[in-house]
Amino acid sequence: MQSRSNLVPVFLSLAAVMFAVSPFLIDAAPYEATMGLVQRIFYYHVPSAMVMFASAFVCGIASVVYLVKRSSTADAVALAAAELVVVFGLIVLVTGPLWGIKAWGVWWQWDARLTSSLVLWLIFVSYLLLRRFAGAGSEMLAAAVGVFGMANVPFVYWSVNVWRTIHPTTNVVKSLPPEMGLPFYWCAGAFACLYVGVLLTRLRLEESRMALEAAYAEVED
Amino acid sequence: MGFLGTVWTIARKDLVVEARSRELAYTTLFFAVSVVLVFSFSFVVDGAPLTDAAAGILWVGIAFSGTLALGRTFERERQADTLKALLLSPVERPAIYLGKLVGVLLLMLGVELFVVPIIGLLFQAPVTRAPWLLAGLLAAGTVGFAAVGTLFAAMLMRAHSRDVLLPVLLYPITVPLVIAGVRGTASIFAVEPNLAVAQAWLSMLVFFDAVFLTLALWVFGPVMNE
Amino acid sequence: MVDAADLVAEAAAERQTVDFDAVDVEDVSRHYGRRRALAHVSLSVGRGEILGLFGPNGAGKSTLLSVLSTLLRPSTGRVRYGAHLSDEAGDALRGQIGVLGHDLFLYPDLSARENLTFFGRLYGLDTRGGSGLEHLVNQSLAFARLTERADDRAGSFSRGLRQRLALERALLHQPRLLLLDEPFTGLDDESALVLIARLRMLREAGQIVVMATHDFDTAEAVVDRAICIDRGRAWPVTVTGGSLRDRYRRTLQERDQARLEKGTAGH
Repeated sequence: MQSRSNLVPVFLSLAAVMFAVSPFLIDAAPYEATMGLVQRIFYYHVPSAMVMFASAFVCGIASVVYLVKRSSTADAVALAAAELVVVFGLIVLVTGPLWGIKAWGVWWQWDARLTSSLVLWLIFVSYLLLRRFAGAGSEMLAAAVGVFGMANVPFVYWSVNVWRTIHPTTNVVKSLPPEMGLPFYWCAGAFACLYVGVLLTRLRLEESRMALEAAYAEVED
Repeated sequence: MGFLGTVWTIARKDLVVEARSRELAYTTLFFAVSVVLVFSFSFVVDGAPLTDAAAGILWVGIAFSGTLALGRTFERERQADTLKALLLSPVERPAIYLGKLVGVLLLMLGVELFVVPIIGLLFQAPVTRAPWLLAGLLAAGTVGFAAVGTLFAAMLMRAHSRDVLLPVLLYPITVPLVIAGVRGTASIFAVEPNLAVAQAWLSMLVFFDAVFLTLALWVFGPVMNE
Repeated sequence: MVDAADLVAEAAAERQTVDFDAVDVEDVSRHYGRRRALAHVSLSVGRGEILGLFGPNGAGKSTLLSVLSTLLRPSTGRVRYGAHLSDEAGDALRGQIGVLGHDLFLYPDLSARENLTFFGRLYGLDTRGGSGLEHLVNQSLAFARLTERADDRAGSFSRGLRQRLALERALLHQPRLLLLDEPFTGLDDESALVLIARLRMLREAGQIVVMATHDFDTAEAVVDRAICIDRGRAWPVTVTGGSLRDRYRRTLQERDQARLEKGTAGH
């Protein structure tokens, strides 16, 4: 636990530096003619979506571990990851329409990726609602939802994709010109560092809370 | 008595109880019909339904009435804490899950038996155009919905605010099922039907069912053991 | 008439019976979030013994019964059923435990006979096919003195009748360990006497019985040993001197006295 908490400042300061530099890199990237300035949202929008989906898998895997081993650390990881799905999902769902109003002329389009993100976001909001309102013993129930949430990621993505596909560039990353690649990967790295840093902080908070509860129980004895 | 025998014993018990009161069958069916009616006010324009409205209304009706049936089925097991009694017996956990699932499934399919003709009647939907394909879509979609729903309803039995939490958890997770069901049904009902597309959605539904059922069977044991 | 007990014995053998002579609770704690329902409880109970758990509502009696029924896992500590631990023995062990829950575990829309038959099937008592289970069910109905009302809905019975039926339901598979949660609640005097007589019979037959109750006067007639549960902790009730109620009070007083002395000594 000690070595893990030493990592927190490393990741967070790394993220801070990278985010501080990122506007200059984005500014230096070539100006995209059709979309203009709004295109630059892409450098924050896509990385946060990537982090959101990764976090859904972190939550799902931690839930599986909790179901099998009942380790409270796994439960804390699942909770922290689920909260971050919701936070980064919110970034995706705000930046998406900002792009949309320029690209499509409407705030919300039932575009495949944005819709998948919305569904995934709703699943993890419901996960948090369960933990908040179900009362004692909700950890186990939440783990079941976490497992289904993770298993659902490809299904949602797949079914929504077949339903409608009108997202701007189908293969965002591969077709990226090299001058756009650097700022994009830079931002992806910044978001990844931020994610790990915040996840570990949240984990430590949860572990402190558990330790506090254990201490309360000791006192009562 | 084998595994399947236990599953059937539990499912038959639910059916016997239901046959005596018929409370669930009547209320669920009536609810499904009212949902269809309420939705038709917004999807029927100038006396004619919008494109694909029939398919959408059918599946919304199934999802809503299914949630009602799930909630009530498990409320019955709560009355005298009988789910606990089932868990205390030496039968395998998956058998309990499947027994409850079969009960819910038969009820939902029974309701669909009435709702589908009503949809056909009210929206001029060609429900007899590809009857087996439509039956397959309905069965596969219902199995998936009930598989997830039975697990969630069972585990919410000892949770607070279970009435609201069931739909809150169930609807986002079953989005892929609803999309596949609606699109598959819509391609059967369309003016220019495309049965190949409907078949593709059906195979997707079967795949979802397999994954959801496996997961639910695996998760049910640990989740029910506090 | 087929000897029902033999049939049960055979059915039980087919289920690879887990049998035991004693149940040992070893340093069991259980918490729900911050609330601690049980704290370091240790006790043991053997065959032919009726153990009474006494204490105020919410003290942890029901939690302890749930732990004994294997439905609730202890947060720490363990419960031993003879040579078996609850985690390892699994499904078969549950076949040796009978529970009379506070909510009675009966389907109100099924008749008395249907309730017993349903649970009999779940406990694997119809493995012989034929009429084995039917005989057992008839025998249970007779014990519950419900033979005439066997085909009436359980929901139409009075609390006393339902209680008797629920007890027979819990005993149908002849479990080694019987757990009773507030068995005397809502019983009229006659039903209580029937229950006491039945419990004495079970004691003779070598059953292990644990019951949670706060009805001292009725329980005194059958309880061999009493344990007081207060705020998650267990204290054995003094064996000698006066009625059960007096002994219970004295135990609590002595405990408080001891705590006080310990507290002053510490400072």
